[in-house]
Parts: sequence; C-alpha cells; structure tokens
Amino acid sequence: MMGRTIIIDPGRCIGCQACVSACRECDSHRGKSMIHLDYLDAGHSVASMPTVCMHCEDPLAPCAQVCPAEAILVTPDGVVHDADKSRCIGCGNCVNACPMGVPKIDLKAKLQFKCNLCYDRTSYGLAPMCATVCPTGSIFYGTVEELRAERPNVAVASTFDFGGNLLTTGVAMVVPADRGDVPVPGGVGQPAGPTPGPQPFGSVPTSADNVLGEPL
Amino acid sequence: MTIPLDPTITPPGTSRFRDAGGVPADRWRAVRGEETLVATHCCFCGVQCGMYLRVHDGKVFGVEPRDHDINRMRLCPKGLNAYQQVNHPDRLTAPLLRRSRTDDLRPVSWEQALDHAADQIQRVQAAYGRDAFGMLGGASLFSEKTYLVGKFARVALRTRHVDYNGRLCMVSAAGANKLSFGIDRAANPFADILLTDCLLIAGSNVGECFPVMTQYLWGARDRGATLIVVDPRETSIARTADIHVALRPGTDSAFFSSVLHVVVTEGLADEAYVAAHATGWEEVRQAAAEYPPERAAQICGIPAAQITEVARMFATAPKAMAWHARGIEHHTQGVENCLTVINLCVATGNLGRPGAGYGTITGQGNGQGGREHGQKSDMLPGGRSISDPVHRAQVARIWGIDEADLPQAGTSMMEMVHQMGRGEIRGLLGICNNPFVSLPNYAVVKAGYDALDFHAQCDFFLSETSANAHLVLPVTTWAEDDGVMANAEARVVRHRKAQEPLPGVRTDTWVMCELARRLGVGDKFAFTGSEQVFEELRVASRGTVNDYYGITYARLDETGGISWPCPTVDHPGTPRLFEDGQTWHADKKIHMQAVRWHPPADPYDDEYPMTLTTGRTVAHFLSGNQTRRLGGLVEQTPRPWVEVHPSHGYASGDPVTVVTRRGAATFPALVTDAIRPDTVFVPYHWPYPVAANELTIDALDPRSKIPEYKVCACRIQPAAHVTAVPAPPVPPGHESYAATQVSRGDQHPPTSSQGRGTSEP
Ligand code: SF4
Ligand code: SF4
Ligand code: SF4
Repeated sequence: MMGRTIIIDPGRCIGCQACVSACRECDSHRGKSMIHLDYLDAGHSVASMPTVCMHCEDPLAPCAQVCPAEAILVTPDGVVHDADKSRCIGCGNCVNACPMGVPKIDLKAKLQFKCNLCYDRTSYGLAPMCATVCPTGSIFYGTVEELRAERPNVAVASTFDFGGNLLTTGVAMVVPADRGDVPVPGGVGQPAGPTPGPQPFGSVPTSADNVLGEPL
Repeated sequence: MTIPLDPTITPPGTSRFRDAGGVPADRWRAVRGEETLVATHCCFCGVQCGMYLRVHDGKVFGVEPRDHDINRMRLCPKGLNAYQQVNHPDRLTAPLLRRSRTDDLRPVSWEQALDHAADQIQRVQAAYGRDAFGMLGGASLFSEKTYLVGKFARVALRTRHVDYNGRLCMVSAAGANKLSFGIDRAANPFADILLTDCLLIAGSNVGECFPVMTQYLWGARDRGATLIVVDPRETSIARTADIHVALRPGTDSAFFSSVLHVVVTEGLADEAYVAAHATGWEEVRQAAAEYPPERAAQICGIPAAQITEVARMFATAPKAMAWHARGIEHHTQGVENCLTVINLCVATGNLGRPGAGYGTITGQGNGQGGREHGQKSDMLPGGRSISDPVHRAQVARIWGIDEADLPQAGTSMMEMVHQMGRGEIRGLLGICNNPFVSLPNYAVVKAGYDALDFHAQCDFFLSETSANAHLVLPVTTWAEDDGVMANAEARVVRHRKAQEPLPGVRTDTWVMCELARRLGVGDKFAFTGSEQVFEELRVASRGTVNDYYGITYARLDETGGISWPCPTVDHPGTPRLFEDGQTWHADKKIHMQAVRWHPPADPYDDEYPMTLTTGRTVAHFLSGNQTRRLGGLVEQTPRPWVEVHPSHGYASGDPVTVVTRRGAATFPALVTDAIRPDTVFVPYHWPYPVAANELTIDALDPRSKIPEYKVCACRIQPAAHVTAVPAPPVPPGHESYAATQVSRGDQHPPTSSQGRGTSEP
C-alpha cells in the first residue's frame, strides 16, 4: 500500500455519482469518466460502491505486464498510469488482464483509458478529483493514520484473494473492524448459475465473458 | 475457462463512457491557457456548497472544488455539472413574444417586449382591477431579487397577488417555526451535527437531496452518534441507520406524538427545561397521550416496539438533534408534523446547545433567504407581516409610499392558480419557477395558466411553463450576476459574478426596474445592481427578527458567510439560536402546540387502495428545467420510474401505470425491497406526460397552504409500454442540444433510485 493513497469505504457510499461527474472534470481526460460506480444489490437495497484503479503492487500491474505496446507505465511512487496515448494500440489486453475490471476502451479512438490516481493533481500534492468531492468520504485520500484520526478504529485491507491467488494493491478498502487480518474475497464471488427470484433490469448474468476478477 | 481477448467483449462498463454530452467538457484534454477561479457557491440546493467556477477568456468552462467550511471541497453531481448551464446552447438569448397561444413564439427586441408587457399589465389592471394581475417568484433567486419581487408586486403592480415557489417547499416548516419560536430558521448550524449523540432525520432523503450534508451525518456517527431515519423508503442514509422507521406516508404526526407519549410515560422528559422555557406543555402532553404505541403502530404500519426504541434512543442521549425536510412537510398536516418534531426536541430539552437542537433542511439554494424578504403573499421585508399595521407603516416609510397604497395579503401559489382558472387573476408575471412541472394536479394548473389573458415568464432556459407563455424574457443564470443566498443554516453566503451575461440576456433586477419605469414608478426602482438592492434590503430588515443590517458584501467576502440575525456591522452573526433559552415571542417562551393526527386528504378505497409518494433523485433538481439539459445528469438518470415492492409481481422494466383520481401516467417499474408494499414512489422532475404531478393532489395545508405532494391514494396496473420522455422545450426553430439527450430515450428504469450504474447499458 502506498503512503498517501485512496481508501474506499463502501459502507459510506450513497451512490450519488459525484465521483463519476468529478472524474469527468479532470483535465487529462475531460468529458470521460474513468471511475466505476455499481449498485451492488439492485432490487433489494440502494447499496453502491465506487471502483477506481487499485494500482496493483503484487503482482505488479497485471495490465502493464500484458500490454504488448508497453504503453502502461508504473512510476516509482506506485502509480499505474493510463496507457500512453502515443503507444497504446487499443488491443484491450489490459482490460482482460485487470482483476478489478478497471481499464476502459474507447472503441472509436482505439485507445485505453483508465484511472491514473489523478496524477495531474496528486503529483502536485492535491487529492484526486473523486476523493476531493465525494460527499461522504467513501473515497478517502490520505494515509491510514490520517484516516484513523478522522474515523477512529477503522480497519483497512489491501490484499485480495482471487480463488487462492493473492493480490496486493496500492489502493485500500475499509473492512469491518472485527473481520481480522485476512484477504478480502476478490471477484464477483458467485459461481455462474440461475439466481433466484425476479431479476431487476440491469443485473448482469454471471457468464464467461463478463466475469470480473477471474484469473487469466 | 477461456476469456476471449476482444475489447468489445469486456467486463460491463469498460467500453462505455458516460460522456458529459458535449458542452463544455467535451474533450479529453486540458483547456490550455490562463484561467481564473471565481469563488462562489452552487446554484442548487440549500446546502450551498462553495465552489470555484473556472473562467477562461471571459467564459465559464469548468468547476474546481473549493474549501469552504460548509462543504470542505465536496460537491454532488448537480453541483459538479452546474457550470454547464452557463454557456449551454439551449440558453434563451432574445425575448420571445406571441399575441395568442396558437401562434409561435418569435424573437423581439427588449424594447418591444417590455413595452408590450407594460401595456398588458396596464390593460389587465384597468379592465379587471389591480389584483387581477399576479406575480410569482422563486427561492432560487438571490435574496436581492426575492426582495425586488415583493417590492415590485406591491409598489409597481400594486397587487395583493404575489407568492413564490417556496410555497411548495418551505412554508410548513416556516409556519411551525413561527408558531413555536417566533423566528423562522434552523436552530443550529450543520457543524453542530458533528457534536450530537443522537441524530434523527425525518422525511429527508439526505443522500440524494442534500448529498454533501451526508458528511455531517457520517461524521457524527464516526464520533459515536446513533442515527434514526424516518422515511417510507430505505434511502441511502436509512440503509445503515441504527433505526429505520419505514412508516406509512401521511402518518408522521401520529408517530412523533406517540414517541413523545413514551418519553413522558417513561419519565424521560426534561420537565425542568420545559417548565422554565415553554408554554402549552399540559395540552401537548394530553394530546400525545391519545397515541399510545399500539394505536400509533396501527396508524403508521410499523411495530409498536420501534416507537419505544426511538423514544428511548432520542430521549436518553445527552445531546440529541432532529432535522427534517419535505417528507413530513408536504402534507395537509405539514405544519402539525413539524410541530410534533419541535415538541419532541423541546420536551427532551434538546435546544440551543452545541449538538442539541433542531433544523429544517431547505430544498432550494435560497429556500431560507427567499422566504424572508417579502415575496410571500402575507409578508413584507424582514419577515414582517403585511397584516400588521405597525409593519405596514414601517415598510411604507422605507419604500416612500403611502401605507394606504400598500396592498393587503394575497393568496398562496396553488390558490392563485385556482383563481386564474376562475378568471379572478387575468395576467401573470412569473420569475424563477416552473409550475407546469412543480405544482400538483397538472390538469388544473394547465387549465389555470391557459385561461390567462397575458402571461409573461422570465427564465434562462425555455421551461415547460415559459413555453406556454405569451412573453418570455431571457434572464441571467446565477453565474452571471452578484448576489447572496441564505442556506439551510440561515447562513448568508455570497455568490459572485463569473462572466458577463450572454449577449441578449439581462438580469432579473434590470427587467423589474425597467418594467417599473414603464409603470411610472422608476424612482422606486433606480437600482443599477445587486449590491444596491442589498443595501436597501439591509435597511428594510433593520431591527426585525430577520435582521440583515450588519451583513455587507465586504463582510461576506471576509468571512465566507454570516448567519442572521446580525444587527450591527460588528456583530458576529448568530449560528445557533436559543442559547439563552429565549425565543422571539413576546414572553420569550417556546409555545408548544398540541397536535392531533388526521388522515391524508385523498381517501383510500377499493379503487385507490395504495399510496403514491413523490420526491427527488440525486441527479436532478426540482422541475428539471436545468438538470434535464446537462449531459452528465441525463446520462446518470435519463427518465422517471415508479418504485414498486416485489410483492406486486412486477419485474423491473415492466411498464406500470399509476392511476389516481387526477390522472394516470405510465413508467417503467423499478422493483425493490427498499419501499413499503403499500406505497409506490415516482420522482417528480419530469413534465407531462411522464409527470408525477399529473397524479398528485392539490389539497393544501390550511395554515401553510403547502400541497400534499407526499401522499395520495392510487392504484397500479400493468401497461403495454412506457411513455417516452419529451425533450426539454426550446424556442421554435431550435433543437434541444442533442449531445446532452442521447440517453433520454432509455426505456428502462435506473439500476437504483440514484441512477444507472456505470456498467449498465
Ligand atoms: S461520490 Fe462518494 S458517495 Fe457518491 S457515489 Fe461516489 S463514492 Fe459513493
Ligand atoms: S483518481 Fe482521478 S482518474 Fe481515478 S477515478 Fe478518481 S477522479 Fe477518476
Ligand atoms: S449538495 Fe446541494 S449545494 Fe452542494 S453541490 Fe449538491 S446541489 Fe449543490
């Protein structure tokens, strides 16, 4: 985990999508939002959660590792950058390699886009756009110590378990304080199969071509 | 398992960008060159978040978070997209006129437009009397302009018929505040929420309607406070609350009376506080005793044990606080509902201390300031009463008119529409409102406006209401003029002009002054700008309850906001009321008011067995005339829906018709456990034929005259297809800016009430 990083607390998220609108205001990808905001339990509750680039540390940036054009660079501060637009060939390898479903492909431009921790802001000491505006602090930017100063006793985790494959990330999550120091289950966590009850519109069937977090 | 390496078959959302829709954030690159940051506030809700507008080459082109202590850089999606209105292609830039509603609106010069308006005003008033011309204002105007609306109506039009859209918003809380305390504002600042031990939120979907206020709620919980949410829907703040009271709409006063009753019977009341500071306690206690938990539980459709739980949690907390909004206010017993919340705070001694108190969350940016300075039918500047001879004389002196020439109290907004239908009001000037979407019972509203001989409307986009007018006057957005607003804490904040008005556009102030000149009272309206108007407002409020005298533009620039009352220029303002236990009543006491619950106005029967309740969604604001044109917000929530419990057998996306005694409208169902089985919800930001307000009832609270938006009887039935959402109106010959409207044709409901997830198609 990086020193100053994004720490996400899904329990605080109100699903307002200020993060989505704010990301669009970022000067390096103005008009396009890189953040994902999912309603986790559609039809049952209004629960929601944002997904930013997790800036994977170990294994280091799977997206960068599979990039045939070596377009995705990692700076020494641990930030995994979006594809260098002068190198990216829009092949989409990174999209499929990412365990978190983060990179996006602009099919028309044939270019990859992804969250780069608002490097234009963070490299100048500012917080990323989404963390700056998030009305609830669900997206927090700072160190774990700074987080604990505001929210005493929170526990954070930055290791995820994808079916036995462990992944450590630069971005962390707030987890229930009583769950112990064990990796967070990665991926959608449900085997493919019929889901009981009427499915609300927009619920995504778990099938081979859209499974999130499946190891390659 | 093999995963095809094809970028078109990727995890949901990875190839779909929720584009902002063209203006002005249309390029994924930086805007180069010099830019200026103008410190101002959001134009939308009553939180009044600070923001910077980014200005380049004299044009607003973006937004930057601002570390103002109200919001600490946080913004909601509305605030983030607000700047896109300023140079939006849909902006009105020329006055539009037609002689009859069968003609098209055609551009005319300002000279022609204003001459015509003045002629029509004089013609209507000569033929039918002064009161036959009405005026309707709004609470998204700067306070200076709301002051001018009241003055223009009384001095230039000399009509009694003036009211404003806060009548649909704040008046129930205002009525209750006045009755109990003699002062109408929230008693505590937001910052006090962080200090409380128990926070009760009644009828407010804070997470969607006041998103940035959520930081105070979560902040309180981080510090150990408990949270009680009273709401028929499991909203994003109710989802994790310690207690969520999912009561039946229209039963709030029974619930709060019962909570008070338990407080009394369990000996948890602060008798000493009540004895020292309040009157009416005996009557209140007796009335509450009529609602033992078993009876209230039956009325409210909740477990009786929950009532006891709430009473104990609230009354045993060392410091407790209650905030409410339209959920309990939009009722024919709106004032009474608010009174029961006040009674609970008073009976437990929770008032006037850090972390202990009471507040109402204003919906519009200037929901607080907009109700203080005279655009309300019965009020004069400084919260004065137009029926009080002393107040009348004072204001007549300030305005330099004869008291006899000052009209008497008029009627409320909805009543005025009924009067239009009856031909009692023949002409109307509307500024800053869109009643075709925002008033209940659309059929009646449309008929009322259609009956007008002359209707002029000021706006910066062609609203549904303006599109039906004879004359449309293009006025400024908030970013093109200076002014102040008072937020939900009664903190007066300063909005700054960030760019010159678009060519052809004038300020509302200029329009009123020019019309006044044509009506022969130009000397009373010789204002060149907002600060001059504010100087007169300061004087006009001097010595009143709503004292602004000590607030100046210069002081606002220095401080970032001052709460009234602020009687002198060295006074720090009053963030927290009642610290000395004294109210603004003559006897300095809190006047507790006994309340008895009654059923909502629209009766249930076999044909209409269910409840329809209405409200907002996070991406849109009020009548949607602004937000339905902003690409990012349309993308997030393209259309209205009806929220239905799974027990009715529908699947999400099914077309469902909601039928009430006023009309029927068809929406895609959003099937969710987050709503009561006996209740359906429709958001109200969209116009006919997908308007929630085609269905709602125009029954009014007898005291506040607020319509009962939050409860009416309905039934639901399957339909063949959902109704398409119309494009926002634009002048004839124009098309609404297409890039912002791409997803409007979406037939589906959003994933959740907050919008479509970014992975949804
Ligand atoms: S801005 Fe914050 S609260 Fe709103 S959806 Fe994004 S993460 Fe959630
Ligand atoms: S860190 Fe910046 S680029 Fe990444 S999701 Fe947040 S706003 Fe977007
Ligand atoms: S919370 Fe209210 S004031 Fe703040 S950005 Fe959103 S709409 Fe604007």
